[in-house]
Amino acid sequence: MSWETVIGLEIHAQLATRSKIFSGSATAYGAAPNAQANLVDLGYPGVLPVLNGEVVRMAVKLGLAIGARIARHSVFARKNYFYPDLPKGYQISQYELPIVAQGVLDIVLDDGTTKRIGVTRAHLEEDAGKSLHEGLPGLTGLDLNRAGTPLIEIVSEPDMRSAKEAVAYMKKVHTLVRYLEICDGNMQEGSFRCDANVSVRKKGAEKFGTRAEIKNLNSFRYIEKAINYEVERQIDLIESGGKVIQETRLYDPAKGETRSLRAKEEANDYRYFPDPDLLPVALDDAFIEGVRKTMPELPDQKAARFVSEYALSAYDAGVLTTSREMAAFYEDVARRIGNDPKLAANWIAGELSGWLNKDNLEITASRVSSGRLAGLLARIKDATISGKIAKEVLEAMWSSGRDADAIIEEKGLKQITDTSAIERAIEDVMAKNPGQLAEYRSGKDKLFGFFVGQVMKATQGKANPAQLNELLKKKLS
Amino acid sequence: MSLHGKTLAELAAGLRAKEFSSVELAQTYLRRIEASQPELNAFVSVTEEQALAAARVADAALGAGKAGPLTGLPIAHKDIFCTEGVRTTCGSRMLDNFVAPYDATVVAKLKAAGTVMLGKTNMDEFAMGSSNETSYFGPVRNPWNPSLVPGGSSGGSAAAVAARLAPAATGTDTGGSIRQPAALVGITGIKPTYGRVSRYGMIAFASSLDQAGVLTASAHDAALLLGAMAGFDPRDSTSVDAPVQDYAGELEKPLTGLRIGLLKEFFDKGLDAHNEQRVREALAVYEKLGATLCEVSLPNLPLSVPAYYVVAPAECSSNLARFDGVRYGYRCENPRDLMDLYKRSRGEGFGAEVKRRIMTGTYVLSAGYYDAYYLQAQKVRQLIAQDFSNAFKQVDVLMGPTTPTTAFELGAKTSDPVTMYLNDIYTIGANLAGLPAMSVPCGFVGGLPVGLQIMGPHFAEAKLLNVAHGLQRETDWHRRIPPGYEK
Repeated sequence: MSWETVIGLEIHAQLATRSKIFSGSATAYGAAPNAQANLVDLGYPGVLPVLNGEVVRMAVKLGLAIGARIARHSVFARKNYFYPDLPKGYQISQYELPIVAQGVLDIVLDDGTTKRIGVTRAHLEEDAGKSLHEGLPGLTGLDLNRAGTPLIEIVSEPDMRSAKEAVAYMKKVHTLVRYLEICDGNMQEGSFRCDANVSVRKKGAEKFGTRAEIKNLNSFRYIEKAINYEVERQIDLIESGGKVIQETRLYDPAKGETRSLRAKEEANDYRYFPDPDLLPVALDDAFIEGVRKTMPELPDQKAARFVSEYALSAYDAGVLTTSREMAAFYEDVARRIGNDPKLAANWIAGELSGWLNKDNLEITASRVSSGRLAGLLARIKDATISGKIAKEVLEAMWSSGRDADAIIEEKGLKQITDTSAIERAIEDVMAKNPGQLAEYRSGKDKLFGFFVGQVMKATQGKANPAQLNELLKKKLS
Repeated sequence: MSLHGKTLAELAAGLRAKEFSSVELAQTYLRRIEASQPELNAFVSVTEEQALAAARVADAALGAGKAGPLTGLPIAHKDIFCTEGVRTTCGSRMLDNFVAPYDATVVAKLKAAGTVMLGKTNMDEFAMGSSNETSYFGPVRNPWNPSLVPGGSSGGSAAAVAARLAPAATGTDTGGSIRQPAALVGITGIKPTYGRVSRYGMIAFASSLDQAGVLTASAHDAALLLGAMAGFDPRDSTSVDAPVQDYAGELEKPLTGLRIGLLKEFFDKGLDAHNEQRVREALAVYEKLGATLCEVSLPNLPLSVPAYYVVAPAECSSNLARFDGVRYGYRCENPRDLMDLYKRSRGEGFGAEVKRRIMTGTYVLSAGYYDAYYLQAQKVRQLIAQDFSNAFKQVDVLMGPTTPTTAFELGAKTSDPVTMYLNDIYTIGANLAGLPAMSVPCGFVGGLPVGLQIMGPHFAEAKLLNVAHGLQRETDWHRRIPPGYEK
């Protein structure tokens, strides 16, 4: 039997404000426990929340970026439940009237086609604190630094049909919030995380299956693994005669499996109602237009421009626009080397990205600057070195921090373009390999590569490849 | 005249004329508080040391000619306002041990104005009650007859001002908690427009209804004190950013041509005939002053009690969730686990009326009931507000009784919550509509005070005080002191 997976994501992005959503406390990560919790964050008797206007601007930015409806009137509500890390006994969130509704985001699938994912809504809310157990035997500690940190929860439609699509969507949102500079995207610190609603149904069925919600996924790898595990689990369950129950599950990365946290019947009745301490958020057109003026070029716009302006493939344009910094790096290199934007794209999307990934660095921390990379590419363009040698030079640049010219000079990597020198090397190789020569001449064309390899070996890879090809063809025939 | 027989305005004049010092004044009232405690129980905490220190500072300022209009005047704060370094109990075992680390905006403003805090007054637990019998610290008694209640929830403040244990006190009014006790003890009380006075630092009962105000001997005193408390506060998003009128400056305006609407729904069969008589006598005084009377009907007003007893408990069920035994306040002994900590801390820390309202509120907000109760009550609230707004197209102020009867016996209504709730029948409307309203003494029935209620459109505090002052120029009901407290 054939099954279809249905996935919807709820992404929680921490808004990059300096102070909290309803109090003046700082939001910086890593402070001593409770050093950044004031009376409002601690839920003291008599204190009141006051909305940080910056979070509203940030939410509007996101809404504009996904072509959503920006609510002229949105309302903060209280979500009531008891938990030690929730000081007031309720979380201030938006419920019936969120600030952003009905947006869309396009993701690119493996086959290169584009798929549109609906964004149901995005609403503002405050984060909770956290409970601490380590080093406190028999006790629970509380760190309320995070309590009141502004979050935007971005809720998708159940539009994704595989874990890969879910990851692509999550990455797209991740890119977007960083472009908009509304979230630092730091997944390890919990600034960007998601809950995945996963269900399966028979192919062709109209009704959705019963879903399970996997909580708190904070890496792209875990999301993919958790969803794939969950899909398998649900299919196995149904095929063996069981039923999926609506429940909340947690992913255990060590075991690579999800396990039940609580069933629907155990879920809280949150008793949402409008928070009487806060006025509705009223936005007028002038405010929204003011925010629109601060919008940067968005990833999709930038990628489209790269395709038209630099004649890049959609794939390369996508890779080079994953962050504003990456795109800026690319454009700087392309500008420096002049009329070969494709060459710059290949090297940044290929070799340089490889080194960055290997050392787990962001482009902003690249050990080879855009200026130095442009210097290296200029040596390829003026035929001083071949592309193959250039890879070697880049490796040396990466580890030594020196520029391309110094390395080429020191290692004597300058390409051989002297025709007679290349011819001498070819003749030498032909003389040493009479058997292969005879075979080639009797029609075994595949041996051409063998001769290229031997000459390159003899010249330590420095022979100009185009010249070598041409000369070798002539000599062998 | 004895010091304690004077109004706040008269005391301010005496301080300036150096007839007495702020320290003498504070000592006088502190002695009266001490002597009254066994009978009235009006105070939860008396802050003698701080009061005398503040009075000395005030005397220095008065001596240096740097005094403001309120400098050196003693007042009492309802124990619902957070006071830095002083226990703030809200009348509950839950906060028996709670010392606030900050001053409520009301407290800070009155402190900055130079007032001297004598102590914190007793109140119904978390302001939930109409008789002051729900306080963890025992009931407050009515100075006119100690076997009767003083009303609530600001019963301690009301009894303190009536017995002249303080010349004035702060209070809060969610459904009548300033006006009803003011009426039952024969003093002046005003609940301003919702948003006129900051709620920051005032422990929340029902956030959309709670409003701070004052209990005083006269409308003139109320004008002085309210002027210093009112105003926008950036720490309270629901406070209104509008200039504060000159309340004291408008007191003497003539009342000729004042259009008074008599609330038909208030003169119903629940109203005691003798009380009605006193109210009608006051109305006659206004006619004599040149005002015109007409009957006004607010058809949705009879729905105010049921609407209130959905909205207020709903908000309180959420507001009181923070009292969980985790960070401050009462915590049960030896909790076995988290659930046990919650259940026993709240079970032991809260009294019966608070629990009743938390449960009612939790119920009306629950899935499946929200639309039928909470949403419906909010719609009724809109209708009532609309009724008032229509009425104020025809009249300048609305008048009626503050309460259906005079003060009742302790214990008379404690067994039946609904009977108790009905005592607020005339006061709740103003809270639901966010309107300013006040109660002024208008005579006696069987030796017990009766209150006249005056309501106005939003931000008409100056008009209300002007109207109340007009009556107090013609009558001396507000000058009457309970027999046991005259000396």
